[in-house]
Amino acid sequence: MADDDLGQAGKRRRSALWLSGLSGALLITLVLAVGLGAVAISPATVAQVVTHHVAGWPATPTWDRAQDAIVWQVRLPRVLLGALVGAALAVCGVALQAMVRNLLADPYLLGVTSGASTGAAAAILFGLGAGFGENALSASAFLGALAASIVVFVVARAGGRITSLRLLMAGVAVGYALYAATSFLIFASDSAEGARSVLFWLLGSLSLARWSWPLAIVVVIVCVTIAALMTWNRHLDALAIGDETALTLGVPPTRFRVQLLIVVSLCVGAVVAAAGGIGFVGLVIPHVARRFVGAAHARVVPVAALIGAIFLVWADVAARVVLVPQELPIGIITALIGAPFLLVLVRRFHANST
Amino acid sequence: MITAEDVSFAYADTLVLDGVGVAAGPGHVIGLIGPNGSGKTTLLRTLYGALSPRAGWISLDDAPVSELGARELARRMAVVVQEGSGELPLTVSETVLLGRTPHLTAFQRHSRDDFRIAAAALSRVGARHLADRVFSGLSGGEKQRVLIARALAQQADHLLLDEPTNHLDIRYQHEVLQLVSQLGVTTILVLHDLNLAARYCHQLVLLDGGRVAAAGTPDDVLHPDVLEPVYRIGVQRIGTDDGVQLLFHPLPPSSAAESS
Repeated sequence: MADDDLGQAGKRRRSALWLSGLSGALLITLVLAVGLGAVAISPATVAQVVTHHVAGWPATPTWDRAQDAIVWQVRLPRVLLGALVGAALAVCGVALQAMVRNLLADPYLLGVTSGASTGAAAAILFGLGAGFGENALSASAFLGALAASIVVFVVARAGGRITSLRLLMAGVAVGYALYAATSFLIFASDSAEGARSVLFWLLGSLSLARWSWPLAIVVVIVCVTIAALMTWNRHLDALAIGDETALTLGVPPTRFRVQLLIVVSLCVGAVVAAAGGIGFVGLVIPHVARRFVGAAHARVVPVAALIGAIFLVWADVAARVVLVPQELPIGIITALIGAPFLLVLVRRFHANST
Repeated sequence: MITAEDVSFAYADTLVLDGVGVAAGPGHVIGLIGPNGSGKTTLLRTLYGALSPRAGWISLDDAPVSELGARELARRMAVVVQEGSGELPLTVSETVLLGRTPHLTAFQRHSRDDFRIAAAALSRVGARHLADRVFSGLSGGEKQRVLIARALAQQADHLLLDEPTNHLDIRYQHEVLQLVSQLGVTTILVLHDLNLAARYCHQLVLLDGGRVAAAGTPDDVLHPDVLEPVYRIGVQRIGTDDGVQLLFHPLPPSSAAESS
């Protein structure tokens, strides 16, 4: 019995298998997804174009310039952004579900999407944020997202404490208020073109992706967020049980919530600014990850990041190829897949509670 | 050693604790007893830092609790609270391993030692076979034992428990308290059942309306003269070979009116 380790060594091996399997799947996904679209390009060519640009090998292209541009200029940044956004939404969903102790919470709970949409609408319709040049749209969406989360945060923090319920209610209230503001902006501007852009933003799209500063910022923020949530895995477990439990395990709940809120709202704000409000990923993927590896956040966070990345890249492929040459907003695809899943989840909840 | 002196606490304008003191010497088991709303749980929560007292002094081995960081406090004091288990299906081993949290920095993973300590804690409470079960699916008695195992895994030399026998049947009530009293750890626990308090506590503190109504050994405190005015119920004391036992009966209407 002295060497009894509760079977944890075996569990670690199993979760290492999951992680390497999913990492391999993500790599294959990236290569295949870059090849798929209105113009199909073979995975071998995709791999060569990438190594040519990154490592200078092969030195002389065996592919034409159009293929080069499609792979390197258009699809690769888009697929990478998709993977980043998927991973970010999934881990932020995991964090928020633990933080508010509600399995139906998602990253947009903090009013971030509606804030970003309002910011983007103001930029599109009234030229707000023109000082940011070509990044005006992303910048004002990001500022809108941050402003919204600050309001939610301040409202939820009454009396020096942040409780789950207050956070939920403040998020819902701010979300609706900003939704109304966005609708009013569209109504007041009288521009059909602008309204269509705003709608596109609300449903989400990866079509703005290109090699640029905003993409680099998203890369950094998403990586930092995933790393932070992984180091906080036990804190998340404790907070998910309860405030008193967290406190007595040395995790002061309000201080930890503030840290989480800052990290998560920066991350979701950046992601929404880059790709709009893509729904259901942050709600559904955490549940999928828990089904595979259990509830402990040490395993759920990395697994959810990988599954989220893979899922969103394939959802974007579907958005690109279903109605060629038209492109569907990716939010329609994720909702089509996510909503039935949610219904199954609700039914299971009901079965458990009776 | 846990010492609280002259502690007062108020929710808004309602004074819940009014100059309360309690002291638990090394290895002693102290029971907090008293009617509903007398301030037992509030006192316990000030002891582990969930509430900051309005006035008074709380210390752990002579260090003021308010000056200890949350992690430091959790390394030295384990707490078993009355709280739901949340919605996440954490397993029993994951729950007990959380007891190692205060001993790890953010970048550390659980070591083999952590696993062994958690396994030993589960064995100690007779719940090793539950390790792979989902915590929220356990019975009340099993849950309580697992929570005590988590507290043991914290390896703290102070232990606080809030009504650990709540929702347990008689056998488990004794099992849990027997376990706690045999740990040899400085313990303060809130109890409703006075006969259990008589059997398992070295000292009792009787609270009434946020003040200490009586304190001392079970033999001193568990007297009809002390208990009847506080609980407003008739108390009959029986001396047995095993110590003090109490019987309770409603007071006749006239004397109930007199004492209120």
